[in-house]
This record gives sequence, C-alpha cells and structure tokens, in this order.
Amino acid sequence: MRRFLLIAIPYAWLLVLFLVPFAIVLKISLSDAAIARPPYFPQFDWAEGIMAFVRELDFENFIFLTEDDLYWKAYLSSLKIALTATVLTLVAGYPIAYAMARAPEEWRPTLMMLVILPFWTSFLIRVYAWMGILSNEGYLNQILLWTGIISEPLTILNTNTAVYIGIVYTYLPFMILPIYSALDRLDGSLIEAAEDLGCSRAQAFWLVTIPLSRPGIIAGCFLVFIPVLGEFVIPSLLGGSGTLMIGKVLWEEFFSNRDWPVASAVAVVLLLILVVPIVLFQRNQQKQAEAEK
Amino acid sequence: MQSSTFAPWEDPDAKPLIRFKNVTKRFGEFTAIDNLTLDIFEREFFALLGPSGCGKTTMMRMLAGFETATEGVIELAGQDIAPVPPNKRAVNMMFQSYALFPHLSVWDNIAFGLRRDSKSKDEIKARVEEMLRLVRLEKFAHRKPHQISGGQRQRVALARSLAKAPKLLLLDEPLGALDKKLRQDTQFELMDIQEKTGTTFVIVTHDQEEAMTVASRVAVMDQGQLMQVATPDRIYETPNSVYVADFIGDVNIIEGRATPEGEDGYHIDWAEGQPALTAKSSAKFDKGQKCHLAIRPEKVAISAERPADAANAVQGRVHDIAYLGNLSTYYVELADGSIIKAQTSNTRRISRRSFTWEDTVWLSWTATAGVLLAN
Repeated sequence: MRRFLLIAIPYAWLLVLFLVPFAIVLKISLSDAAIARPPYFPQFDWAEGIMAFVRELDFENFIFLTEDDLYWKAYLSSLKIALTATVLTLVAGYPIAYAMARAPEEWRPTLMMLVILPFWTSFLIRVYAWMGILSNEGYLNQILLWTGIISEPLTILNTNTAVYIGIVYTYLPFMILPIYSALDRLDGSLIEAAEDLGCSRAQAFWLVTIPLSRPGIIAGCFLVFIPVLGEFVIPSLLGGSGTLMIGKVLWEEFFSNRDWPVASAVAVVLLLILVVPIVLFQRNQQKQAEAEK
Repeated sequence: MQSSTFAPWEDPDAKPLIRFKNVTKRFGEFTAIDNLTLDIFEREFFALLGPSGCGKTTMMRMLAGFETATEGVIELAGQDIAPVPPNKRAVNMMFQSYALFPHLSVWDNIAFGLRRDSKSKDEIKARVEEMLRLVRLEKFAHRKPHQISGGQRQRVALARSLAKAPKLLLLDEPLGALDKKLRQDTQFELMDIQEKTGTTFVIVTHDQEEAMTVASRVAVMDQGQLMQVATPDRIYETPNSVYVADFIGDVNIIEGRATPEGEDGYHIDWAEGQPALTAKSSAKFDKGQKCHLAIRPEKVAISAERPADAANAVQGRVHDIAYLGNLSTYYVELADGSIIKAQTSNTRRISRRSFTWEDTVWLSWTATAGVLLAN
C-alpha cells in the first residue's frame, strides 16, 4: 500500500500538471476559432453527448500549418538558432566548468555560487538589463566609443546576435553545472596515468578528459537545446523583426491573433519535435547511471 | 637464497639504475623527504615500506615525474631526471587505484601507451596480446574495466604499465584493494613477472609481509628518512633500531643497562630482583649504557621447568593466549607486570596444549637470539 502511494504521487502529479493540460491543448488544436469566450468551438455540452462533440473536431489547423510557410520556416529557424546557441554555450561553458573543477577545493563553493547567483534575480529583469547594455546608446557602445575601438555605434540589439548573447548568458549555468559535475568526479590519477603512458597534457585532455566528461556535455547540451527551441522572451525582447522563432509565433497567435486553435496546433507540433531530443536525453542519463553502478 | 646470487648492492663497482642524492622534498612547511640518499640497482625488486605519511609515495611520485625534488638530484641510469616530464620518462607506474580508463576496453587500456609511441598496428597488436598472455586475461580483452573483477583489474593495470617495457616499474600499493588470499597469489605472480621481464620494480607498501615476500631489498622509512635498507632477512633478524624491529613483525623489547663481559657479550640489568640477561652483540656498548634487547617471540621458548642450560630464563604467568591456527602466541606476565610474548607452532592438537591461562611457566632464549639496540 505504501509502495503504491509512493508511486501514485508522482504519477498523479504528472497527470494533473502535464497530461490534463496537454489534453486540453490538444482538444483546442482540433477545434475551430470563434468570436466567443473562450474563442473556440465546439464547447462540450452534456446534453448533446460525447459523439456529437467529437464529430466537430478536425485536423484543419494542422493542415493550415503546412500550408502557410511561416510556420515551418519558424520551426526551422528555431532549430537553427537553438543548435547554434547550444554550440556557443558549450564553447563558453566547458572552459568555465573545467576551470571550476581544477580550482582549489576551498574556492569551489564560491565559484559554484557565482554560477548560480544570477538565478536569484528575475530572468526578465536580467534580459531587460541586456537591452540596456546592447542598445545603440547602451553601455557596451559607450565603452567601445570612449576607448576609440569604434567610431560608429554598433547595432546589436534587435538582431540575432543579441538573441545569441541573451541565450548564452541565460542558459550558461545549465551547461556549466552538468559538465562541472562530470569533471569533478573525474579521478585525477587517470590524467596522471595518461601522462605516465606517454601523453602530453593536450593529448591527455583529448583522450581522457573529454571522453569522460561526455555524459556531462550531452546533458548540458540537451538542457540548453530543449528550452531554447521554444524560447519566447529572449527573441521577443532582444531579437528584431528578422528573428523568427516558433515561441514568438506561438505568442502572437495566442495574444495578437487570438487564434487559440492554431496556436494550440503550433504548441502540439513543437512538443512532438521536442520528444526526440527529450527521449535521447533520457537515454543518455540512463546510460550514465548504468555506467556508474 | 636470492641474496647469495643477486646482490649488486654489495658490489662497490655496480652502477645503480636509480640514485637519490641528498634529496629533500618540501610541501610548504612540511618536509616529506628529508635529505635522503639511496641507490636502487637494475633488476631489483625494491620495496619502500613505512606507515602512511612517511614519504614513500612522494619518493615514487618523484620517480614518475609528478613531483620534483626541492633539493638534491635523482638520477635514472646516470641521468638527472628533473627536467624530463613524466611522458618522456622510461618509467611507468601502476597506480593504487589502478587508474584504468573506464571508457576503454581492456585491450585499448593496454594499447594506450603503445599508441603514443607511433608504433605500427601489427607491433601494437603483438605486444598487447603478449601482455594479455602474461597476465592471463586473453578472454577478457574486450570487456570494459567495470565488467571485470578487482583482481583482473589489477592485472590489467600491471599489463598496461609493463606494455611499454619500461626500465623501471613503479607499483603504488598495488595489492591494497585485494583480499588476503588473492593478494598472496598475486604476490608470487608479481615476482614471477618481474623475473620473466627483468624489469626493475619499486613497490610502495605499508604491508610488511608483502614487502618481505616480494622484495630483494626493503627500505623502512619513517618521517621522510630511511631507517634501514637491507634484504628482508637482515631487516628481520638484525634490525638497526627499535623502530625497525617494532615495525617489522612481532617483537619483545626489553629495556635495560648494558655491562660488557668478554669479547662481544653483555650483561643487561633490566628489572629489580630479576637476574641479568646475557646477550651477544657486535655493536659496542659502554658500561651502564642504556640499551634495548629485541627478541622475536618465536625465538623465545616456553616450558614448565626451568631449562638447565638456558642462557636467559625468566619466570612468569600465562596472561593470554592468541591462537592463530598454525601458531600460538603466549602473553606471559612477569613478576614486575611486563609482558613477554613467546610463540610456538601448534604441532599437536589444541586439546593437548601443554599450557593454559594462569599457568606458571619459564621463558628462555639463547644469548644470540636477540639483538641489542641503542635506540
């Protein structure tokens, strides 16, 4: 009985907070837009029964997604931005994680704190702060103009560059922490053994450190890639009209167009796209857990 | 037996493979190695023995190249090795944790060092297979380290460190993680492999039995200094200090004052109301000088009556008996309360044991049984 309760709690959690909302979204995506409240049709009516209700549902909105090239372009563009941003975050995060793992024992808690510290402020405020830094009259341009490196202010805000800066900044801790944890567990005598057997420092890094931190790298990449794919706040605040991301499209469908059914269809397709990396991520975690047994 | 055929340390013309010359190593304030001088010869199986923190691992890490000496010179085959990085030394190390690469198979672990030397594929293959045969792991070549047992992992580590045919192999507590039975088997296997390959082995251990079993010479260390360097039998039979006598095996230490008698004999007054002990010693003691008589328990005989011809005999009461199966150690309490251990082999069934608790017994030993030590 206790066992059952223990298992039941997480499942109930999943049911109420994931499956039920998903079912509602799925249902809306199969409905038609209507000028009503809520803005879609059909509504379930006990008097007419379930069959009449189901008969009204169709895949119209999904077909519409394939007809208008805005959507698949937005999906592709999101994939491209998410992939590029993940690589950039990895390039920035790995050296930081490596330096943290190599730092003297007594410094590590402080360094860890510094990585986590930004989470203590609102994410929105931090993105707004970047607007202040990157705008034409922002701090970055002021410093560059003052030091004489440039003579004209750079246009960074409202470009894809600003989006990448925002994503790398925001998601860096998600990359650093799993890599750090993998590097931290790495037995230092393995590096010594590699050197003892004839490796230079650089060879030992490529042949031992990188392969052994791979689970951390993979975990970090998924932790960045998955949320960035559907990211809305960063592209809408830092990106320009040229920044096409599915999260932004979704937001516009819901709030500007008030076309809930199409917006729901966009969300369902996004979820289906995300299932692939999420399953891969789970597999990686499982494999890692098995290897550690 | 080995010392009569192989003893380069007794040959003044022999060139040592490794030479520590006045080596000191400090970590901040702490002195790990204190002005140490030592020669190790080719084909030796040399054991560094001491309690943890005595500096034995530091010595090994200096040989491997992971630490550099603060002062002094370490030579390998006549060359100062200080400027040579670890990956360029003809020295390989077997790590205490084995340090096998978890992402590589047994085969690839052994091949790891060979691949760094830009050898041809066939050469590498032949050498890896030779090593696998040497440690009898042919069947496990394609397993990962976590899929084999502790003893097998230990053999992979050994094969990997031997694969490059180093001039010198360092073994850092190589058998520490194995259980006793497996450890004993592996000790003989190690000696066998050392003989077969002719490599010089330096082993670090805190297990004195292990050092005695495998080594041609043993260095007993304490607080960064060498206490004694000698063959296992000399370390055991003629320790040069109370520290070494006490560290290696079981020993009775009797403190007293020496009085010379005859050419190399001494009387030792050691307790009120007890007859003086007699001992022979090649070391010289002055009249009234403080001394320690170290006697191994197995050299002390135990009997019900006072043996007529014994050079030394004391009477006591059996305080405790440690039954070890093949041996029994009797803890005999003397009149003054001190305890002397006597060991006998259990050649008869335990039910027919001659002495039991609280029995009054005589302990006796010859004049040459013990070693007289100044400190």
